[in-house]
Amino acid sequence: MGDANSAVPELPPTWRQTLAGRLAEDEVVLAWFEPDLEPNLQYRPGLVVLTDRRLLSGTPASGRDGVWTWREWPLENVLALQTRERAGLGQIDAIGPEGRLHHWRYTAARARAAQRLARRFESYRREGALTDDRTETVCPGCGEVLRGELPECPRCQASSAAVSPASALRRLLLFARKRAGMLLLGFVLTVAGTAAGLIPPYLTQPLIDDVLIPRQSGQDVPWERVYWFLGGMLAASVLAWLLGWACNLVMSAVSERIAADLRDRTYSHLLSMSLEFFGGRRTGDLISRVGTDTDRINNFLSVNLVDFATDCLMILGTAIILFSKAPALAAVTLLPLPAALWIMTLVRERLRLGFEAGNRAWAAMTSVLADTIPGIRVVKAFSQEARERDRFARANWHVVRVNDQVNFIWSFFGPTLNFVMQLGLLVVWALGAWLVFYRDFRVGVLTMFLTYLARFYTRLEDMSRMLQATQRAAASAQRIFEILDRRPDVADPPHPIPITQLRGEIVLRDVNFRYGTRQVLHNINLHIRPGEMIGLVGQTGAGKSTLVNLICRFYDVQEGAILVDGVDIRRFRVADFRRHIGIVLQEPFLFYGTVADNIAYGQPNASRAAIIEAARAARAHDFILRLPDGYDTTVGERGQNLSGGERQRISIARALLINPAILILDEATSAVDTQTEHEIQLALENLTRGRTTIAIAHRLSTLRRADRLVVLEHGRIVEIGRHQDLLESPDGAFARYHRAQLQLAGVHP
Amino acid sequence: MTVVPTEPAVPPLTLDLDPYGRLILHDPAGRRVEGVEPIRAFPLSDPHHWIALVDPSGREVAMIQNPDSLEPRTRQLLLEELARREFVPVILTIHSISGHSPISRWSVITDRGPVTFQVEGDDALRRLGPHRLLVTDQDGTRYLIPDTRTLRPKIQRKLQALV
Repeated sequence: MGDANSAVPELPPTWRQTLAGRLAEDEVVLAWFEPDLEPNLQYRPGLVVLTDRRLLSGTPASGRDGVWTWREWPLENVLALQTRERAGLGQIDAIGPEGRLHHWRYTAARARAAQRLARRFESYRREGALTDDRTETVCPGCGEVLRGELPECPRCQASSAAVSPASALRRLLLFARKRAGMLLLGFVLTVAGTAAGLIPPYLTQPLIDDVLIPRQSGQDVPWERVYWFLGGMLAASVLAWLLGWACNLVMSAVSERIAADLRDRTYSHLLSMSLEFFGGRRTGDLISRVGTDTDRINNFLSVNLVDFATDCLMILGTAIILFSKAPALAAVTLLPLPAALWIMTLVRERLRLGFEAGNRAWAAMTSVLADTIPGIRVVKAFSQEARERDRFARANWHVVRVNDQVNFIWSFFGPTLNFVMQLGLLVVWALGAWLVFYRDFRVGVLTMFLTYLARFYTRLEDMSRMLQATQRAAASAQRIFEILDRRPDVADPPHPIPITQLRGEIVLRDVNFRYGTRQVLHNINLHIRPGEMIGLVGQTGAGKSTLVNLICRFYDVQEGAILVDGVDIRRFRVADFRRHIGIVLQEPFLFYGTVADNIAYGQPNASRAAIIEAARAARAHDFILRLPDGYDTTVGERGQNLSGGERQRISIARALLINPAILILDEATSAVDTQTEHEIQLALENLTRGRTTIAIAHRLSTLRRADRLVVLEHGRIVEIGRHQDLLESPDGAFARYHRAQLQLAGVHP
Repeated sequence: MTVVPTEPAVPPLTLDLDPYGRLILHDPAGRRVEGVEPIRAFPLSDPHHWIALVDPSGREVAMIQNPDSLEPRTRQLLLEELARREFVPVILTIHSISGHSPISRWSVITDRGPVTFQVEGDDALRRLGPHRLLVTDQDGTRYLIPDTRTLRPKIQRKLQALV
């Protein structure tokens, strides 16, 4: 696979400078690694370089910049490089003929580089050349084939930055663009309604100045003119009422749809995430994001956004009318505005942070529910109701405390604003009275002024409420976009290879995998022939399930590759690939629905004949017929009215129905009694015939039919062979397990 | 999965009634099974097809995909036997649904006469189609509403809130 040169790591320029003059002309650098700790665990940079003739180790000399001290060992004196890792701390030992030559320590960030160094050292010593450039891998983000030292895809380097609240709101509006037509209609209705609402006070001025006051001062004004004004006011009110109705109708419909779009998008995006994502999240938090946060946004769009638009128009309209009637008085009216704005900016940030905290607290509370309700049997079995009640109460009162803080700010803010407005009103009264007294100002104009002013200030106050709603929606939108922006870590490649039929050949090449800092799989190499049945054996935590999860692409390998029929599985579309994999899990999960629905889960359009056939092969048919509604029987959320063995056989039928090329049995029989296991064994025999099968089992008897057994210990393959052959080497790991199980059987006959 | 039909196109499968009122199956292979029981595999979604015959120990001995393919006498015996073991009154009229969630009291007229019963819980009403409903009362008796649109509007609204 390529000449040795293609795998030579490119030393960063700074290191090349540091090393300058130390390397011979024709000396080839095979690998390098930067330890970042000294032996006493203080941070300090370092460099370890492996060349084709020696191992070099440099550390910066203390106190002198740019000066390094070097040690080196000829390659023939180094027997091995061994890495050890524990709790985020690693150590690599260079072993010589008489003991340890040197050791370096490093943090988890350098662990991969350290292992690569050790691996290259080993392959170079063994074969005199680099053979591990097979570590070519595929970017999990985009499916690009990657080579070289640091398998990180340049295309996917762009990190997803955190969403700022303002941009979250802006994107929310982008989201609403799909409903732009309806939104526009709602807005037009709002404007019309607002305009209609401005008419009645406008009519008060002529009513007072031209009718009432002249009448009072003895002039002869006919009563009919009063009718005329009243009629106008009534008509305007009716118009405002109808328009308001239509506007509410349109706006609530459109916001309901936007929120539904958002929920759909968020949920379908969630479904595309890998198990790793779900493993690191709390169910309640996700539920609250899809449910509550979208609802808050809905509220914001339907109620607050329209109100805001109306308020702005109203304020603008009122200001124009006021200025046209009496500019001086109008100017005074606007005096409190700057003060109000200042207060608003003061509280805005605090409010948003408060709401964010509130959302998190709410999600934490939902999490408690999502945690305990499915686990209610454990709660009751250990009679921990009181403890769970306390846990919920804590989360619940945390919500109260967080909201109290927001409310404190809020409750201060509203009345303060109101007070400022009242002061403004007083000033207008004072100026108005003075004008009437000394400047022949008409009472009707003043009345109209004050009517408008009352509205004006109410609107301003509403706008401040808008501030609260905006901050609340921004906080929620941020939580939603946080999910939407997350690239699925098991993603479809841009140009997937189509799958028509799989033969089921599986090749694992130098597969490495770690959860956080814990290396779970080390350099797994395995070739599984089409139709072969492989039994995976090993203690709990040996990496069996992880291996299977990698083959199913629930996770992606971090180094190395998994090939099916010669193609890296990351180059297939995830859904296409999984369609060819049947999985029977230890805990068979049945969805809420009928038995037939559950069997046909992987292929919803399956015919009844196919469903019955699959159930027969899974030896589930007879017991299904005994159920009250046969195949139409509803099984509960967790299939509670079926026994473990029955649920297991339904899940076997489910796997059989899709006729998969590759079959995964993850402890499929460990949860049932021996009689049922026998039934399931018979069912499995039907299932595994002619398919590549990987079975994990604790009961070794289950694996008797396997073509080969693969024994895993601490993430490494320690033995491969047939059942009988493995038993014949008495010191082998498998023989050990086997004896242990026989002994156990002897104790409990 | 390739379907291996248990049933050829015209099954030479016959049923008889013995003097004790038990069904006797003579299957194509010449086997004779006493006391077989017919069971509908899809009693709700496809009640008229896929009828299994099981022996007294509950094991399937034959599957009839379409009873129409049976000879008339056998078919009649089969349908009679099915009718004898099924009791799902069809609700024709609902007088009233009273009481507060989750318990409601129904007063109805069925094809088997008038009856009142109590219904409790969310799972007691099950939609079988857009307008077909299956109601299970507190004792487990089930009632079928073939078409909710034939009910009074007030009752329809009430049902809509319950399902």
